[in-house]
Amino acid sequence: MNKGTDPEMLEQQPKQAQKTNKLVKKLVLIVFAMFGFGFALVPLYDVFCDITGLNGKTNDTAAVYAADGVDTSRNIRVQFISQITSGMPWQFAPITKEVTVHPGELKLVKFYAKNESSQDLVGQAVPSISPGIAHSYFQKIECFCFNQQPLKAQEAVEMAVQFYIDPELPADITTVTLSYTLFNVTESVKQSVIAKN
Amino acid sequence: MTTDVLTDHHADHEDHKMTGIKRWLYTTNHKDIGTLYLWFSFIMFLTGGALAMVIRMELFQPGLQIVEPDFFNQLTTVHGLVMVFGAIMPAFVGLANWMIPMMIGAPDMALPRMNNWSFWILPFAFAILLSSFFMESGAPNFGWTFYAPLSTTYSNGSTAFFVFAVHIMGISSIMGAINVVVTIMNLRAPGMTYMKMPLFVWTFFITAYLLIAVMPVLAGVVTMVLTDTYFGTSFFNAAGGGDPVMFQHIFWFFGHPEVYIMILPAFGVVSTTIPTFARKKLFGYSSMVYATASIAVLSFIVWAHHMFTTGMPLFGELFFMYCTMLIAVPTGVKVFNWMATMWRGSISFETPMLFSIAFVILFTIGGFSGLMLAMTPVDFQYHDTYFVVAHFHYVLVTGSLFSIFAAAYYWLPKWTGHMYNDTLSKWHFWCSLISVNLLFFPMHFLGLAGMPRRIPDYALQFADFNKWVSIGGFAFGLSQLIFLAVVIKCIKGGEKAPAKPWDGAEGLEWTVASPAPYHTFSTPPKID
Repeated sequence: MNKGTDPEMLEQQPKQAQKTNKLVKKLVLIVFAMFGFGFALVPLYDVFCDITGLNGKTNDTAAVYAADGVDTSRNIRVQFISQITSGMPWQFAPITKEVTVHPGELKLVKFYAKNESSQDLVGQAVPSISPGIAHSYFQKIECFCFNQQPLKAQEAVEMAVQFYIDPELPADITTVTLSYTLFNVTESVKQSVIAKN
Repeated sequence: MTTDVLTDHHADHEDHKMTGIKRWLYTTNHKDIGTLYLWFSFIMFLTGGALAMVIRMELFQPGLQIVEPDFFNQLTTVHGLVMVFGAIMPAFVGLANWMIPMMIGAPDMALPRMNNWSFWILPFAFAILLSSFFMESGAPNFGWTFYAPLSTTYSNGSTAFFVFAVHIMGISSIMGAINVVVTIMNLRAPGMTYMKMPLFVWTFFITAYLLIAVMPVLAGVVTMVLTDTYFGTSFFNAAGGGDPVMFQHIFWFFGHPEVYIMILPAFGVVSTTIPTFARKKLFGYSSMVYATASIAVLSFIVWAHHMFTTGMPLFGELFFMYCTMLIAVPTGVKVFNWMATMWRGSISFETPMLFSIAFVILFTIGGFSGLMLAMTPVDFQYHDTYFVVAHFHYVLVTGSLFSIFAAAYYWLPKWTGHMYNDTLSKWHFWCSLISVNLLFFPMHFLGLAGMPRRIPDYALQFADFNKWVSIGGFAFGLSQLIFLAVVIKCIKGGEKAPAKPWDGAEGLEWTVASPAPYHTFSTPPKID
């Protein structure tokens, strides 16, 4: 819009436009930065959960047994529970429902899974621990949850979890519950196989 | 004198407007675009209202009467989306477009072409969203908060339409906000320092910054929902290593500032109308500015009060509880300032003042129920009940919407050049006031008694209250047609409005004629 012919105004217009451009650029930069921040929240959330145990996630790769011996003065109850998401026609349950261990002691428990459908399916178990703060003290040496579990139609399998509890576990925790949720990942596995070929 | 002649020539030249639809499609005039925004938001208000009417019809009696549960979910979802992004937000952007340049003595918005764009992409966003009603899969049914995995794993197929509609709404809001910030920072008339700006300008200035900060986060989270649903990512899918609770954290990081985006401009409106009709200066202008700014800052550290029941460490619950309660302090400052402004003023009760007083009282009720919800221990009982529905409708309907009505009645004479029909406008106010309380107040008790939200059926003991709520709802819906009649009558004719129809009004917008000329302040006014 042209605003009159006041010489002062004419002089000011390019300056004004420059100022506007600079400010718009800054604001657009904020917009992109905040869009990036939205995605940065994903790893930030993981770090935050790692520190606080907010979402009860346990280690997803095998830990190395590194305890300095067994603390026989303490007994920790470890309970196992399982859940199956809808649309997953499997049986899935812990064979041992509960064990008592000393901190630092290695223990092996087994889960039973059976594909009750007439199709080959791939399952993925996702562990979660309660109370969440125990997550960094519960160390899995071996776990079926580290890998996907392909089961043929009607096939059954026993799956192992080997773990120990770090003796550093806060004294007020006497019971931990490890919960596994079983997901059907057959479709996404198929897709990634197709994508690879 | 030569300047005058030349300006006139220019005015002639520029007033050579395009006619018909082209005038509105190609317009870069802030007043035209403001008008477009306001009409669009009113149409969306009626659309969202129509959806709410069906919801209230279904809830008139216990049992399933007229809609299937899945369609009921679609109604609540789209009602929320349309009201938030289609009615309240564009109405405030419309007011900002119309009034901010006139209030700060600027000739137009700083980026007029972008202004045209930011309006004209909006109808497309809502066409995309609403068209999903007519598709096989149906409209989004996962709530306006689109929690994963409802919107990802269990989506009915409408997620893509929803996501792209939200993307466009977001881009529109961001462009509008950038425009406001640039206008306010660069185009103020000489002498208009920041602390001399009218409070409506201040509140919208802060709102614009909130929009710039959080709308991109919304764009990010809907993008994650899109890729989770269609491209096999696992941001929110536990089977792939993601976490559905993280969705809520990212969403509410946007969502809480969003609720202040919808209420801060309302504070600005009533801070303009109350001094006018109390015929006193606004009490505590600078405390109002600081209170608004501190509410905006605090809004970034309270988001998890929406998710107390997701399981949080005790420290987290306490932190978010206390931060939330802290917001009551600047909000209280505002409420007391409005009361102090009215105290011993010579108050007259024109319709904008009636809506403003109703705003102060009813918004405060909504604020108090918000304080109750902020308390973690009791939130476990209130969570996802009608108490929450009552709370946010008190702040959004009797809060934001009432302030929009106040603003509309206050500035209609400036926009149209005519006074509105006083009798009809009073009918609109009293009908709205009575029906809105009949509609939302019993919801508090329904919620305390345990009626869950977003459910098409309810236990028999809730039947009586729901009947009254529905009657209130229908009455409130019908009352808004009176408003439509008032506005149309006012545009068509009525008593001629003087440049300053309210004797207590202050501000540059009242120094120009009514209706406001197509171009105002081509040469900036001098402010002492």
